Amino acid sequence: MTMRPMTYMPPVMFAVVAVALALGLLFVNPKEIPSALIGQPAPTFDLPSVDGTPHGLSSADLMGQVSIVNVFASWCVPCRIEHPLWVEVGASGEVPVYGLNYKDSQENASQWLADFGDPYTAIGADLNGRVGVDFGVYGVPETFVIDAEGLIQLKFIGPIDRFALENEILPKVRELQALMVADGAE
Amino acid sequence: MRDLVHPWAAAIIALMVGIGVAAHAQVVTEIIDPPLEDPVLEARAQTVHKQIRCLVCQNQSIHDSNAGLARDLRIIVRDRIAAGDTNDEAIQYLVNRYGDWVLLKPPFKAATLVLWLGPILILLLAGWSARTYYRATPAQVAQAVPLTEEEQRRLAEILDTEA
Repeated sequence: MTMRPMTYMPPVMFAVVAVALALGLLFVNPKEIPSALIGQPAPTFDLPSVDGTPHGLSSADLMGQVSIVNVFASWCVPCRIEHPLWVEVGASGEVPVYGLNYKDSQENASQWLADFGDPYTAIGADLNGRVGVDFGVYGVPETFVIDAEGLIQLKFIGPIDRFALENEILPKVRELQALMVADGAE
Repeated sequence: MRDLVHPWAAAIIALMVGIGVAAHAQVVTEIIDPPLEDPVLEARAQTVHKQIRCLVCQNQSIHDSNAGLARDLRIIVRDRIAAGDTNDEAIQYLVNRYGDWVLLKPPFKAATLVLWLGPILILLLAGWSARTYYRATPAQVAQAVPLTEEEQRRLAEILDTEA
């Protein structure tokens, strides 16, 4: 005699629900909200510099080369954790790293850069956070990889670590740089 | 007559109530942001605020949240409405930047089909299961447990005596 559906269905249904919930718990981070801006042009903006740094930042700076935009603030504790990696990337010269100083006081920001190092090619002071909102920023730090046409190609939420830098961010940068070279050669 | 409450206990209660009031007062001053002067526009802005999910404290609307970002978004919504946006345009402005995620009520579209139709589907499935279960059982039981020989004999006996 074959087993009737009512005999094995309850445990099967339970297993399906349990697996679905387990996947949700283990592999989905509710704090990571998918960006609506991937493949979209970076917002248009023109921000003044942070006191004591030479250049402000405008959207025009992001055109013509692959670049990284790192959203940071002196009041942001995880920013301190990731900052040495940006200092490293800045020193390597592989890709320009631009800073978006999010809702910070000028005084604290320049002191912070003096204390921890300034790897940024240019920094825009986003005093009221409007440019941050245009970028879809909802927590600091966040990092964007922007291609030569000014399109946002990658968003990383939270502090980067070496693994994320070397396996996610820099490979994306190199891929886009190779594309740019290929386009230029045509 | 003895005091109903020990003086020390009274002092501690007074202190705790005082701290509570002070803490509450502080929160209130923090979340104040200037409303629009036109009450009609302000009412519309607040309608929009209640539909926008706070990105920091994820189950609150920006109307209810006192997170810094929620305040910034409230002000942006007010600016858009004051500049002549309709409510939908103001909402779209934020959706363009943060995705459908900022909507407390997710839109009905291909990506959210499972979300909207899933519960109905599960209900139908449950109804169907219940129907098959209750319909099939009596017949199955009768079929699955035929009378034993002993029972058959006794049944025949009873029927005989009655006849």
